[in-house]
Amino acid sequence: MSIVTVQLGQCGNQIGYEVFNAICNDFHSTHGLCSKKENESYQEACKERFFSEEKTGVPVARAVLVDMEPKVISQTLSIAARSGHWRYDHQSHFCQKQGSGNNWANGYSVHGPRYRDVIMNLVQKEAEKCDRLSGFFTVMSMAGGTGSGMGAFVTQCLRDAFPTSFILNQVIWPYGTGEVIVQNYNSVLTLSHLYQSADALLVHENDAIHKICAQLMNIKKISFRDVNQVIAHQLGSVFQPTYSSEGASQYSRSPLGDLMESLVPHPEFKMLGLRNIPQMSENSLTYSTFTWPGLIKHLRQMLIANAKMEEGIDWQVRPPLPGHPVPPKASPNKALHFNTSIANLVVLRGKDVQSVDLGGFRDPALYTSWLNPQEAFKIWKTPRAFNKYEKSASLVSNSQFLLKLMDNIVGKAWNMFASKAYVHQYTKFGIEEEDFLDCFTTLEQAQTGVGPFVPLKMSY
Amino acid sequence: MVPSTPSLAVGRACVSLTRTAPGTRGAGLSEAWFGVGGASPSPVGGGGAAAGARAPLLTAPGAATMTQSVVVQVGQCGNQIGCRFWDLALREHAAVNKKGIYDEALSSFFRNVDTRNGGGDADIHKGKIFSLKARALLIDMEEGVVNEILQGPLRDVFDSKQLITDVSGSGNNWAVGHKLYGYQYREHIVEKLRRTAEHCDCLQCFFVIHSMGGGTGSGLGTFVLNVLEDEFPEVYRFVTSVYPSGEDDVITSPYNSVLAMKELNEHADCVLPIENESLFSIVSKIHQMTSSGKLGSTVKQNSLLTSSAGSIKTEQEKPFDAMNNIVANLLLNLTSSARFEGSLNMDLNEISMNLVPFPRLHYLVSSLTPLYTLADVNVPSRRLDQMFSDAFSKDHQLIQADPKHSLYLACALLVRGNVQVSDLRRNIERLKPSLHFVSWNQEGWKTGLCSVPPVGHSHSLLALANNTCVKPTFTELKDRFMKLYKKKAHLHHYLRVDGMEQSCFSEAISSLSDLIEEYNQLDATKSAPGTYPSRLKIAM
Repeated sequence: MSIVTVQLGQCGNQIGYEVFNAICNDFHSTHGLCSKKENESYQEACKERFFSEEKTGVPVARAVLVDMEPKVISQTLSIAARSGHWRYDHQSHFCQKQGSGNNWANGYSVHGPRYRDVIMNLVQKEAEKCDRLSGFFTVMSMAGGTGSGMGAFVTQCLRDAFPTSFILNQVIWPYGTGEVIVQNYNSVLTLSHLYQSADALLVHENDAIHKICAQLMNIKKISFRDVNQVIAHQLGSVFQPTYSSEGASQYSRSPLGDLMESLVPHPEFKMLGLRNIPQMSENSLTYSTFTWPGLIKHLRQMLIANAKMEEGIDWQVRPPLPGHPVPPKASPNKALHFNTSIANLVVLRGKDVQSVDLGGFRDPALYTSWLNPQEAFKIWKTPRAFNKYEKSASLVSNSQFLLKLMDNIVGKAWNMFASKAYVHQYTKFGIEEEDFLDCFTTLEQAQTGVGPFVPLKMSY
Repeated sequence: MVPSTPSLAVGRACVSLTRTAPGTRGAGLSEAWFGVGGASPSPVGGGGAAAGARAPLLTAPGAATMTQSVVVQVGQCGNQIGCRFWDLALREHAAVNKKGIYDEALSSFFRNVDTRNGGGDADIHKGKIFSLKARALLIDMEEGVVNEILQGPLRDVFDSKQLITDVSGSGNNWAVGHKLYGYQYREHIVEKLRRTAEHCDCLQCFFVIHSMGGGTGSGLGTFVLNVLEDEFPEVYRFVTSVYPSGEDDVITSPYNSVLAMKELNEHADCVLPIENESLFSIVSKIHQMTSSGKLGSTVKQNSLLTSSAGSIKTEQEKPFDAMNNIVANLLLNLTSSARFEGSLNMDLNEISMNLVPFPRLHYLVSSLTPLYTLADVNVPSRRLDQMFSDAFSKDHQLIQADPKHSLYLACALLVRGNVQVSDLRRNIERLKPSLHFVSWNQEGWKTGLCSVPPVGHSHSLLALANNTCVKPTFTELKDRFMKLYKKKAHLHHYLRVDGMEQSCFSEAISSLSDLIEEYNQLDATKSAPGTYPSRLKIAM
């Protein structure tokens, strides 16, 4: 089955490009370290997922590019075409002349409705090119105006137009400071809307990825391109083909469906985080060897100690002893030590994956009381190595990891909202104070895990 | 910015609008800059046809895909700065655009027209450069400066359809500029603005350049601002306003400035205040450092912030050119990300969105660094970091203000050249502890990365601060206004102009007082203990 990627805004388009590029590089990788037959079926599955065949033989990405200003899209189209290995469909993009100006309201209430038909037409055409459509993968940042505002709007349109398809939103969490001043407003508005229309949100934090670039990749002068390439590598490590069940004879046909089934057991909890190991510069990779038990041990500790990378993990954090469960709804204001999971998915690629012991992830102490490890933990595997890594493990988890980040962003936005700063910029485009309040309410609920059907009493 | 004596050496009466200067270069500026046009006339639109044959990459074939801006330069000061802007803009584009092709970046400030064979007015959207015309409107109520421009090397960039002049000046009287000439020339102004706008397919921003102290720039300049709001409500209005200094010898400059301030408060999206004293001290500083010998030999050619080197300007430099070049560079850097690509674009509409938390508090204090680049080594990061530090120092601000010791509401860093996101992050982290941000915007930073540096530089920074440090400029203005107003000095010159009432003065001063009060209230939060509003509580 195929996935249609929708790239929105500057960030979405730049990352979308890197994702296709990473997938294509992996596709052509000579480091597959597996049988020819294995490699062929891997490539077959990869192609079906992400590329459509062309007469010219150059694979064409199954993607729709959307931005409100032209510079990024024209740049993205041309560098993809220059690669010679793949390209975008030259009909499958939409841009305007004037960006959304970091204003979520402009993207959501003005540009979204104005260009809905054109954009949804492009999406429809792209979807029709797929023999079977698994769903949509949207890539966007929360900080700006087009990715966030248009992204939220387009996601709703996708939900309406394709009620049975899966929608996974890749959301880029902005740097804590320095990108866009109104980023906390834009993030609150984006998250609360996506929360209602997406099946799951996959979150990458710029700050965490930036650290990976500095500490693991050893990059001195880090550019957005470096950050985006790490994100793309992580995404590729999950979305390239795998066997999604024990003893499966063919590669999973429904990557998005399998992902949702594994990781989103309850519609109230759908924020997913992604970690991978190992991750290092190509130079160091040449001189490194890894053992599966070592990698898995690190990955598990990264999960429970909520570390984004293998360096600087707090090894003191332990799961609670049986009989003394940590309340899963721990107050976000207290320091969170142990990161409780709702569900986890481990993706293993490369040498000897069959022999890997993942018992550590089956410990009931890792999970909430309402889901047992048999349901909460899934494994995908393939002996095909990924992107020059002889062994690589990725973990997608639905856990408490976002609570603190979310609390932070909601807190800052609320603080600004209390002084009414910048609100006039949004009312200009039809987003009123009440709309802000609704969004704050949705996110405060999401954090406490209170369902929308529980009667509410608000005070502020 | 300008010598405040209104008299100018250039002859007024006898200079007609037709070019009297020796016009030997047939194809004019475009040829000089881009090596195109000229003797062998290729078929008109030939370049365009060739370009059209390729599959268009984006949207409709032949249509420009970027936004455009229009500069409205009003009064003597506005026109002199504008003139430097167009000169340096051409220099910048010529440095980037080696092939002489009319590209998207050029289209944001220039039209491309074929003026041969009687000069059609049709725009040529693609292909080679024929003749570049500034997207500008030049307004002055006397003819001196404008005529000088029309006889100078920039004459080909403008044509008579872009000019509005009168002969008698505004006599340093806001009321004459705003009320008298405003009403007299309104139709004229609207018509020319519309014509300029019609040549744009996505007009994003008007840049008004004027001074506050005189009569035309201040009075008619703010009148134009009103017209822009009425006629083009969707288009952003950025105003570059040169404030008079304390020793200004125009005695009525406090009146003119305060009357103009009310209009800026109400009708501008963003105002970039500039003070002559600051420009003067920056120029002296550069002069001192480059002529001290120690650095002189290693300063990279063309890299002075005040430099006209390599520009079209051939005549001898005027004393104010260096100062005006600084303001011209401010506008170039402000618009760089809208013209050139980068890894973190910053469009013009993002500036007001991020930097203006409340509608009236739209005064942005700017600083430009580095003042020059040394030619010896390739950028050590220490020097890059110095560029960031300097941007926050008192000496580099374009008004007399000290942002470090006042309160930031928001701050933007527009970086050009070989600078990465990690450089930005490192410097923000480094500088943050020494700056005070308002409690609800502790992380009020907006950044842009444009990959094309200014001519002669490897990198540059424009910092825009929404900071309460603008307040002293305003309170000083208010004090000087009150000194005159208490005595009713010179009021009769204003009140005899039709439509000018005494209430105009009282409303203007109360508008200014309100603005100062808004800054006062924010300043007061600086010393107050940080109390944060309690969050929404969800009943379980």
